[in-house]
Formats: sequence, structure tokens, C-alpha cells
Amino acid sequence: MKVIIPSALKQYAENQASVEVSGATVAEVLAGLTARYPDLRKHIFSDDGRVRAFVNIYVNQDDIRHLDKREGTPLQSSDVISIIPSIAGGSSRAFEGPR
Amino acid sequence: MSVPTLTPEELQRYARHIILSEVGLEGQQRLKAAKVLCVGAGGLGSPLSLYLAAAGVGTLGLVDFDVVDASNLHRQIIHFTSDVGSPKLESAEQKLRAINPNIAIRKFETRLTSANALEIIREFDIIADGTDNFPTRYLINDACVLSGKANVYGSIFKFEGQASVFATKEGPCYRCLYPEPPPAGLVPSCSEGGVLGVLPGLIGVVQATEVIKLILGMGEPLIGRLLLVDALTMRFREMRLRKDAACPVCGPKPTVTELIDYNAFCGMNENSGETLPMAVMPEMSVEELKRKMDAKEDIFVLDVREPNEYQICNLNAHLIPLGQLPARVGELDPDKHIVVHCRSGKRSAEAVEFLRKQGFENVQNLAGGILAWADKIDPKMAKY
Repeated sequence: MKVIIPSALKQYAENQASVEVSGATVAEVLAGLTARYPDLRKHIFSDDGRVRAFVNIYVNQDDIRHLDKREGTPLQSSDVISIIPSIAGGSSRAFEGPR
Repeated sequence: MSVPTLTPEELQRYARHIILSEVGLEGQQRLKAAKVLCVGAGGLGSPLSLYLAAAGVGTLGLVDFDVVDASNLHRQIIHFTSDVGSPKLESAEQKLRAINPNIAIRKFETRLTSANALEIIREFDIIADGTDNFPTRYLINDACVLSGKANVYGSIFKFEGQASVFATKEGPCYRCLYPEPPPAGLVPSCSEGGVLGVLPGLIGVVQATEVIKLILGMGEPLIGRLLLVDALTMRFREMRLRKDAACPVCGPKPTVTELIDYNAFCGMNENSGETLPMAVMPEMSVEELKRKMDAKEDIFVLDVREPNEYQICNLNAHLIPLGQLPARVGELDPDKHIVVHCRSGKRSAEAVEFLRKQGFENVQNLAGGILAWADKIDPKMAKY
């Protein structure tokens, strides 16, 4: 199924905006994705293997946190997985960011 | 609530609103009675405040403490070239008054903090978040929840934006969407990632639209919906948001019942045991580097910024962007004296730490980065 990679993380996925990854569940798709692009792993998962609190994973329009089986949610090939990290930009001081 | 009457000049000015049956005279009077606070007079705040002023929102509050910089002008359209160096609030007020002299403008030339946020917000009906950093976003969210005021949210990065309406009575808040901020440094900032200049225009106008809809009580506000805008594909997508039953601020059993230290909240994941404290970071000053370069000492200068940044200004150094350093570390000679720099010194500090872990012993961070070089060594160098 299609996984949409956000701007903030594209650089860790060979600049792809979306990739096709197969898997029966959300967890399998994310595992396949991070196996293909290992640099993505630390941006999506914390060290204990859980999806980070500032990254949300959606199956179509739904946040997996609100689906009964969460990462175990079964997928169909037509489903679209979106990774949506929090972003903070917008203001006058964008060029005085933390770096 | 008593609604203000409109003067003949205002009736003429707002005629195209008033003839909309959904707005009407009453709606326009409600706009005149409304008080909206825009936090940030930058990329999002520019279109947001310009449109709200034009629409006749009677009282506009602006919070910002910055001065206009040349690098703001490609997106912060309320500020003109002639405003560079002036306080943003002065610049913004001038444009807003020129667009609509009828409205009241309240300026807060300060950083929004836990100490002043509730006090400032109290005067307003709706808060629009046009800030650029996580601590202020969580602060605005919590202050809005605690004050019972809607938080019209917009955020941008590179080519993508997000918008939603948080902290209404029934709807979710920002913490329901993202319970925790990312650790500092993991998500690239705008200064590193850049932003397409028109993108804050798209998102700021969405925010202005939502503010006006909330005031008029019309349409379907972005409550419980996260709008995602991708300027590259020009696709607008929408995700469903739910109120989090375990939300620490808007849930049924809140643990956050007053404003907290948001810098600590957003920094608590920072330096999770992996980053060298700055005190032990081996550093070199720009003056020392200049001396060594002039004396033709055998120093290898490494630039870990992105190629686009290198094009703006550089020290003629070897370029390996930070993200590529692990894969390209073979280009470096561990026996050389290496000085690493970036824009401000933060990314290069990460690079120094990485190289030391790889066994490089003679590596130093250029303190203050190329910004310090421009300030102290070469005033003609472009700063960004």
C-alpha cells in the first residue's frame, strides 16, 4: 500500500514523497518501510519500539491511536498510510530556530 | 451582548460582506465587536492579520518582539523592504491601519510566556497561533484550554502546512493531536529546512477564514479536523481528530491545571544522554580560525550545512551535510586537525560529537558558526 512521507522526513527516505510497501498490518508496513530506509526508524519509533508521541500514523483519515487494534490494524491494498509529524514553523522568527 | 453600529463609511466598506445573506449587517457588526489575538507577526501572522483587518475585525491584538530582517521579506508580506530593522509590531500596525483605519490595534511587544499569556489572552475572544516554536505552541494551547478560548492553529514546514481549530468546548486540543513535542534537534527547524514563501500565505489565509467563520458562527469550522496542505502536489487532505480522553489539559481528569514551564516541557527530551554538554565541546573562536588560516596552518575546515546554504555564503570549506556525514566520513582524515562549522554552531556540535565517537581526536567546533564569522571577521558576508 501507499505510504505518504512528509516533507520533514523525506530526506531520510531518498527524497521520496510516497512509497509502496506491502504488509498485512500497520506494524508490518512500518517495519517494511524502516527496513528499506533505516534512517527513518529513529524519527518514527522511540528506542522501545513505540511510535513517538510527536508522530501520528493515519490509515486513510484515521489516527491509529483511535483504531481498536492500533498498530495491529489490518490493511487492504487500497489503504493509504500517512505519517504526520508535528511541525512548528510559521512565524517571524523562523530563522532563529534551534539551529 | 450589545453590538456596535456601523458608520456610513463602514457600510460602504463592508458592502460586499453585508450583501452576503450569511453575513448581513448583523454579521458585520459581530466582526466589529470581535477581538482576535494574533500571536506572531511573521509568515502566518502577515496574511492572517491583513485579512482580519480588511474584514473589519474590530480589535486586533498582535504579539511579537522581533525586528524585520531581510530574510523575512520573501514570505512575511506585511513587512516591506523599507521596514528592515524596524520592530515588526510597528511595521505591521502601519500596514493594518492603512488597510483599515477603523479597527483598534493592541500591540504586545513581548515574548508570550507562562507569566503573561493568560493576562494577554483574557482580553480576546479568539486566539490565532502563528508562532514558530513548540514551547509557544503548547503554551498557547494550554492557555486557550484554561481560558475556554478557541485556538486557530496553523503551522508550516518546507512545502507542507497544517491547520485546525483547537480548544473549543467539544473539540480536541493541540495536545490531543500531539501529546508531546519532539526532542530538540530531531525535527529539522525552518532555518535548516527552509520554507516556500507562499506557503504561510496559504495557511495563514485558512486561519483567517476559520477565525471569521467562528466569529460569524457559520459553516463547518476545522474542529476535530486536521487540514494538511502540500504545496508541491497542491493536494489538500483532511485527517479526523478526536478529543483524547487521557489529555492532560482538556481531558476529564486534567493534570495540567495551570501554565507550566514550556521550555522545560519541550526540552526535557533534549540531551537524552547522547549529546555532549556544551561545556566539554571542544571549540574554536572565529578569530582563532582566521589567525590560523592567515598563518596557513594545516587545518581542515568542514562545513556541515546544506548545499543551498553553502551557495548563500561559505568559507571555502569542504562540504558534507550533517545528514550525509555517517556515509561520507571516509572523506575525512582522522590525523588532521578538523574544525567543523554550520550556520550557528549547533549542527556542527552534533558533527563534532559524531566524529569523536568515530575516533577523530583532533576535532573542534567553530563557535557561533558562519554567523559569527560574518559578524566578527567579514561584515560583507551574507547572513541568513
